[in-house]
Amino acid sequence: MLLRYLLLLFVLLPFKVFALVEVDITRGNLSPLPVAVSPLAIDEYSKKNFKEVLEKEDLGSEISSIVENNLRQSGLFNPLNKNAFLQKPEIANLKPRFEDWNLINAQALITGKVTFVDEKLRVEFRLWDVLGGKEMMALAFTTVPSNWRRVGHIITDKVYERLTGEKGYFDTRIIYVSEKGPKTNRIKKLAIMDQDGFNNKYLTLGNELVLTPRFSPTNQMVTYLSYFRNLPRVYLLDIETGMQEVVGDFPGMTFAPRFSPDGKKIIMSFAENGNSDIYTMDLENRIVERITNHPSIDTSPSFSPDGKKITFNSDRSKYQQIYIMDSNGKNVKRISFGKGLYGTPVWSPRGDLIAFTKLHKGKFYIGVMRTDGTGERLLTENFYQEAPSWSPNGRVLIFYRETKTNSKGEGFSAKLWSIDLTGYNEKMVDTETDASDPSWSSLLSN
Amino acid sequence: MNRNIVISFGLHTLLVIITAMSLPFLSKKPIDLPPIVSVELIQITDKTNIPFAPKAKKIIEKVKEKEKKLVSEQAPPKKVKKEKPDAVPLPDKKIEKVKEMKDKKQNPEKIETEVKQVSEFEKKELFDTNSIAALIDKSKVESAETSTKLDKITQDQDKNIDFGGLSLSEEDALKAQIFGCWSIPLGLPYNENLLVRIKLQLKPDGSIIRSEILDHARMNKPGQGFYKVLAESALRAIKLCQPLRVPTKGYERWKELQLNFDAREMLEG
Repeated sequence: MLLRYLLLLFVLLPFKVFALVEVDITRGNLSPLPVAVSPLAIDEYSKKNFKEVLEKEDLGSEISSIVENNLRQSGLFNPLNKNAFLQKPEIANLKPRFEDWNLINAQALITGKVTFVDEKLRVEFRLWDVLGGKEMMALAFTTVPSNWRRVGHIITDKVYERLTGEKGYFDTRIIYVSEKGPKTNRIKKLAIMDQDGFNNKYLTLGNELVLTPRFSPTNQMVTYLSYFRNLPRVYLLDIETGMQEVVGDFPGMTFAPRFSPDGKKIIMSFAENGNSDIYTMDLENRIVERITNHPSIDTSPSFSPDGKKITFNSDRSKYQQIYIMDSNGKNVKRISFGKGLYGTPVWSPRGDLIAFTKLHKGKFYIGVMRTDGTGERLLTENFYQEAPSWSPNGRVLIFYRETKTNSKGEGFSAKLWSIDLTGYNEKMVDTETDASDPSWSSLLSN
Repeated sequence: MNRNIVISFGLHTLLVIITAMSLPFLSKKPIDLPPIVSVELIQITDKTNIPFAPKAKKIIEKVKEKEKKLVSEQAPPKKVKKEKPDAVPLPDKKIEKVKEMKDKKQNPEKIETEVKQVSEFEKKELFDTNSIAALIDKSKVESAETSTKLDKITQDQDKNIDFGGLSLSEEDALKAQIFGCWSIPLGLPYNENLLVRIKLQLKPDGSIIRSEILDHARMNKPGQGFYKVLAESALRAIKLCQPLRVPTKGYERWKELQLNFDAREMLEG
């Protein structure tokens, strides 16, 4: 009997499988996702208190504007016009009428509430799937009122992560070199700002030349190079405490100190007896270790996120190209083979790509390639641009671009720009002064 | 002598102070930056379920109580059944009839759609001269039915009926519609398996009765958080697109449809 049933099942099963029509969907829409960011609801008591403390009329609207701006800047979302919203924030926060939000073609909805509780700012926010008619996420946190801009960034990070599947990069800061004055006599200061250009602060006075600040991937430490009496000196700066210390004086030309992924070492290149090689320095015991030993010029080292590999550029094959090697300097392998010169390789925090600057036929390109050198993609082209730095999620690159001067030597400027991996979302990052050498911090809150 | 020592000491002190002031690493004061306040996020999903209004709450409670009562009332007969193992089983036909009756009661919607289909076919055939002729001459019924079907079916559809699938043009139309609705989450890791299979049950007009993610268990597996995002985006696409652009005929062929969403090709670039 059982055998008969099995036989019958065996005979019928293939028919059932064939009967179900299968359609493969391998393409989709890469246009930004329409999102409605409802202003965060706020009661009268909280409104009054926040006005006294922060001098903001409607903190709920201000925070939602930050979220909206962040999402728009990412290029992945299209925040809808608030004038089209039918539901009031205080009601939408509790139970959105999905039909209303569907009418304006919103696919996701962000609602929330800010309250003033015990001298602190409490935020609740929710992400809704409008088409599915369900809540996707609901979170709350309390912080000091002065942190209100970060509140907007934290909300954006969580929404971004829930909708895209990767961590956000909005609650981050960018350290850069602020530049002022004529090209021949630039005053360069170290400066830091939020990733959206707000809360700009200068960290040095401008009496010394500062170069290549780099954030630690694990905490809020920065390493940078500064010239003191014409000698390159590597500094460590703790952004949280504001304290800084000298790591060491190095001979000859020293370039671009950068942290290891665990933040315990810095890697850099400096010239000894006229030969530039790559070295690491343990930050605890200050022991310097030589990684490359080659008569060519090896510079711009950058660790892979797992710390096992290092990428750098070298002219050991006559022209400057990108190489990778093990963290002990063994197994050196050239990975760039395209026309032109390749420099400033930076390993993505995701580990899958290496960003670089390329010079070919008098033009500078910012591009990415896989870690084996395949899949080279040039994202942007210009007269002069370099020094790409990855956002902590490995989706966006920030770099600086200089403009041509005219015959009188005027019109020079240097600005920060960002571009995402698609190569379409290219934007200038507003800074108070000219700017160069940007470096992106890790997320302030995880 | 002492005076000279004092002057020398004073000048040296001054020199030390000036030197100290000029040394950057000594003169630098801690930078005045606002402290980074750590933020702890807490889940408030439980609080979202808003309580029902008092009246509605009472009604719901009453309904729930009734349901409980019904369950408790229905429970004893089961025991009775168990106590009567020697009872004579009803003839098979009768059991089938009872089952049918139960099905009808439990699934009224199903029957409605079926009834509608029948009536639609009837309407169409009422205006068909061949079928009228067939009604006159009963011997023509079978041939009339087949001839009407053959008249309406194109070569493509004919093939499909044999294979039970959609024609290339029908598939293309459906694909093109869903391509436009599917916003691919760009942050997905493209070196992972990015295939989401969704099984759909469709109404004749292409609207969705039921959608089911076939690898649902994968959503909750550790390290597969991206899969949830991908699956949700696929479900959004289906909802946004509905009613789906399905063929106007041959409902039986596509009333159950499986869509395989694969983002890998797009994300790899």
